[in-house]
Amino acid sequence: MNLSLTLKVWRQQGPDDEGCFETYQANDITEHMSFLEMLDVVNEQLLAENKEPIAFDHDCREGICGMCGVVINGKPHGPNGGTTTCQLHMRHFKSGDTITVEPWRARAFPVIKDLVVNRGAFDKIIQAGGFITAPTGGAQDANLTLVSKATADTAMDAAACIGCGACVAACPNGAGQLFTAAKVSHLNLLPQGQPERWARVTSMVDTMETYFGSCTNYGECEAVCPAGISINFIAQMNRDYLRAKFKDKRGQIRQVDVADEG
Amino acid sequence: MVLDSKVPDGPLAEKWDNHRFSTKLVAPQNRRKFSIIVVGTGLAGGAAAATFGEMGYNVKSFCFQDSARRAHSIAAQGGINAAKNYKNDGDSVYRLFYDTIKGGDYRAREANVYRLAEISRNIIDQCVAQGVPFAREYGGLLDNRSFGGAQVSRTFYARGQTGQQLELGAYQALMRQVELGTVQLHTRHEMLDLVVADGRAAGIVVRDLVTGEIESHSAHAVILATGGYNNAFYLSTGAKGCNVTAIWRAHRRGAYFANPCYTQIHPTCIPVSGDYQSKLTLMSESLRNDGRVWAATKQDENRKPGDIPESERDYFLERRYPSFGNLVPRDVASRAAKKVVDDGFGVGDIHNGVYLDFADAIARLGRATIEQRYGNLFDMYAKITGDDPYKSPMRIYPAVHYTMGGLWVDYNLMSNLPGLFVAGEANFSDHGANRLGASALMQGLADGYFVLPATVPGELANQLGSAPVATTDAAFRDAEEAVTERVSRFLGTGGSHSPDFYHRKLGRILWDNCGMARNAGGLKKAIEEIGNLREDFERDLKILGNGDSLNQSLEKAGRVADFFELGQLMCQDALHREESCGGHFREEHQTPDGEALRDDDKFAYVAAWEHAGTGKPATLHKEDLVFEYAHPSQRSYK
Amino acid sequence: MLSGTTREPGAAPPIPTVRERRRPSSWAVELYGSAVGKKAVMAVTGIVLLGFVLVHMIGNLKVFFPDAEKHLNAYGEYLRTIGEPILPRTGFLWIVRSALILSFLLHIHAAVSLTALNRKARPKGYEGGRSYSAASYAARTMRWSGVIVGLYLLFHLMDLTWGNANPDFIRGEPYNNLVASLQRWPVALVYIVANLALGVHIYHGAWSLFQSLGLNNPRFNLWRKRFAQGFAAIIVIGNVSIPVAALAGYFDDPEHITGEATATQTAPFAPASNQAAGS
Repeated sequence: MNLSLTLKVWRQQGPDDEGCFETYQANDITEHMSFLEMLDVVNEQLLAENKEPIAFDHDCREGICGMCGVVINGKPHGPNGGTTTCQLHMRHFKSGDTITVEPWRARAFPVIKDLVVNRGAFDKIIQAGGFITAPTGGAQDANLTLVSKATADTAMDAAACIGCGACVAACPNGAGQLFTAAKVSHLNLLPQGQPERWARVTSMVDTMETYFGSCTNYGECEAVCPAGISINFIAQMNRDYLRAKFKDKRGQIRQVDVADEG
Repeated sequence: MVLDSKVPDGPLAEKWDNHRFSTKLVAPQNRRKFSIIVVGTGLAGGAAAATFGEMGYNVKSFCFQDSARRAHSIAAQGGINAAKNYKNDGDSVYRLFYDTIKGGDYRAREANVYRLAEISRNIIDQCVAQGVPFAREYGGLLDNRSFGGAQVSRTFYARGQTGQQLELGAYQALMRQVELGTVQLHTRHEMLDLVVADGRAAGIVVRDLVTGEIESHSAHAVILATGGYNNAFYLSTGAKGCNVTAIWRAHRRGAYFANPCYTQIHPTCIPVSGDYQSKLTLMSESLRNDGRVWAATKQDENRKPGDIPESERDYFLERRYPSFGNLVPRDVASRAAKKVVDDGFGVGDIHNGVYLDFADAIARLGRATIEQRYGNLFDMYAKITGDDPYKSPMRIYPAVHYTMGGLWVDYNLMSNLPGLFVAGEANFSDHGANRLGASALMQGLADGYFVLPATVPGELANQLGSAPVATTDAAFRDAEEAVTERVSRFLGTGGSHSPDFYHRKLGRILWDNCGMARNAGGLKKAIEEIGNLREDFERDLKILGNGDSLNQSLEKAGRVADFFELGQLMCQDALHREESCGGHFREEHQTPDGEALRDDDKFAYVAAWEHAGTGKPATLHKEDLVFEYAHPSQRSYK
Repeated sequence: MLSGTTREPGAAPPIPTVRERRRPSSWAVELYGSAVGKKAVMAVTGIVLLGFVLVHMIGNLKVFFPDAEKHLNAYGEYLRTIGEPILPRTGFLWIVRSALILSFLLHIHAAVSLTALNRKARPKGYEGGRSYSAASYAARTMRWSGVIVGLYLLFHLMDLTWGNANPDFIRGEPYNNLVASLQRWPVALVYIVANLALGVHIYHGAWSLFQSLGLNNPRFNLWRKRFAQGFAAIIVIGNVSIPVAALAGYFDDPEHITGEATATQTAPFAPASNQAAGS
């Protein structure tokens, strides 16, 4: 059973271009295609019509690299929730549907071209403290660090974040809380992460806040997250941040040894 | 030319220690005087860049993705092997070494593999210290599982996302160095040429994929950790961006390409559903522990699986391999499925797969148990195909998964071009003709965290006091010009077909003739067909847009162009290797039962190919493989 | 450092920021300077205001007691005398009022500045329409319910504390003022609508504050929601019952007012209301 669709796609030549929607007809779309394969087909069609293909980010096409992601009918990664755009299949659409395709919208994610945005702000947050300082070679035997199964499992729940940015795209405030909280929680839960715990959360949250809006506990991020990251981690990050601020007052942490920005 | 593997003397177990002692060092205060380029930010590249930065070198790191975290290492599901023997089940460094050599069908270098097995233990320590959330037992110790038919439980894992967690560990270590200023990270930059000056690797030419600018970067050493080239087949389990360009450009500049024909096919992938298919998705091999593989007994079977009576099902693996049954090794299972489909017994709408049936297991163990074991895999299958695998059997078919070949490197992981190092899947070194499950992650991290940091300084030490070649040097200018010319040639072809159009066709040729089973006739035909297709590509390519901004078709064109040349070399290598071994099966060389027939007398060597000019057959160099410890034996799974 | 390139690599466009990176400062300034800190302040001030709203409501419900005027009077008088003789008369009350005013101002300031930040962080919406998947109606309308509650508070003070919105206002006779005011149906309607808005505001706020303060635990996460629902329901039912009763003519029956005519009805410490006016 083939689908005929009308696509309204955001086209933008470059970062400084105004950008606008263009409408394309996509016929002979089969229900087994992924959303990105549908875009591939449309691109071949555009090429034949001497129109430049739609630029969109993608890489692994199996839901783990976090590279793909477009807003489909107002929803990041499409109508299903809990999936990446590459894992969304056309069987979830009906023939005759009009589908609006837009890039992630947030000040921190400027459009590079068409549906491609710059998510470098996420890297900046990781740079600020999303790591455990463990120089290569100095590690003790792995089994000397005991981690309870519950802790390891919860840390893994948080670590599953794929960094796609759908949380920011879904948030009406353009907040980067879910992404940041996932990494803070992953590392702050583990025994290996304790020495840098307070400095990490402070530095990461402060960096996050230079790029992103603030969390108003809508929960939209959680609803679209392909990795199923829970907003409980946001609460956990908030708690650690507040505790860190009080510890800071008592001179208990030192700023992470990182070069100042700029 | 004689290839010097530079394997150190002495007993196997002491080689690495001795070598590290005899390798020259760079003192801490001198390290900042050296610069190192690392291309690729996967496990090998990310780990190497982070480690060199930490040691005090100036590092420039490049990746074509938008973030260093997205390299395709991230997609590895199963786990990572390490000879920790935490399970007390008789594992040891020597056993991991032996299993790896045997699994590689005696086509790997013993000393490298032994070193890999030794280092495997340090990798786990390092990753745990970084906060990789490996699976744990209730007592808090690390959990292990048996993987890929191994007889010991030596695989460490983080759910089905081990690659992701290891990649994020390396990425985080790398980003720490970026913040500290020791590593300059260039994302959305693609390496388009290697610069060789006076016979040494002097730097690289890259294209900024956002602005289209062509840039030169020079350094004392260049490390390529750019992954595998399974996308030559168009359809593979690789990411869409996986490509051969970086190592192919190095090959064209003089680096030897070793064993290009060794290709690992994974038996349990979701079959193609149509011409638009852009990628194949792997389903974990563990599914074969409980699933039964079958096909129809009559051709062009169009009934639903539930309507096919037991008597009209062919459980072909159980039939042909009574003792191993559904658990035969990857290559054996893959070829058996291919034969069934080729003979017209395939299942599904387009008869291009075989069933993997869990009905018996669900009846025996209950749905809850199956759900607990494979729940996430079943969900993934349902998401992609729209079918419920609890109710009807999964359809599976083999797909290209990993390429064991790559640039030739010596024991130091340095190619035949001084100053050019190659790590991870991009080199040929440790897996021989076939790779064991859960060994790719191990090799990438071993190279990045431990091997290169010990061997690269030996090469740098000789250059103390000399600056890297200036990027104003003629060698850089020539390379830049060549790259610019190539880019404008693609843009100016003005034909009618997209790069994908050609890539699909190339993939089909390679899959049909240089895939799971190869023969001389097919390979010769493929070389010719690829040549023709390439000419057509050069004439009739169509790229819209310009070179001054993000242009994904333009990026693809360059990669596809290199895949053409690589494809021909793969076929040439496959044609010359008149034996069957590991991921290379020549129909002419099989036992009466259809098993691979190795020829150790004639082919126990590494085939390292030297580029002889575009369109010309490459020149073969051989590195003989000597097996002093692990003596070759024939496999049998009957 | 590294050897240069022939061309300066095309300087990647910088990532737009929403604010400057803050300079190190005293911890309180740093804390309030951060968005997470502001949310925590909103949570804490929210708790204070929730407490006030609850106690205020309980006090108001005395209108349903027999001898309503007398009870209210006694209660009001008690409030003025807390802390005596260490504190002067109404001393404690003023401490509480100051805390309330401060909480209220901080709550609003944080909300306004975060809203400005969020607008900046998300300058462009989606053409494809927005279908919320998780955010409740209450969550999405916090800003509007907050504005309604704020305006209502102003009206409430003008109506029953300062009297400028109430033609029948007699200083010192709050019970009569209340009854007189609520018997005008548009005023009663304002009270009903505003308290519904307050309930909606509380419904999200009372859950949200746990998130903002990081008070989460799988064991009581479900109870956070129930607490918020229960709290909002109690406040709405309690507060709305009074104008509804007024509309239904409950206060027309003089029998339930058996206290002296001059008795002062006192809401617990009604929004800095009659006490403020009386002192």
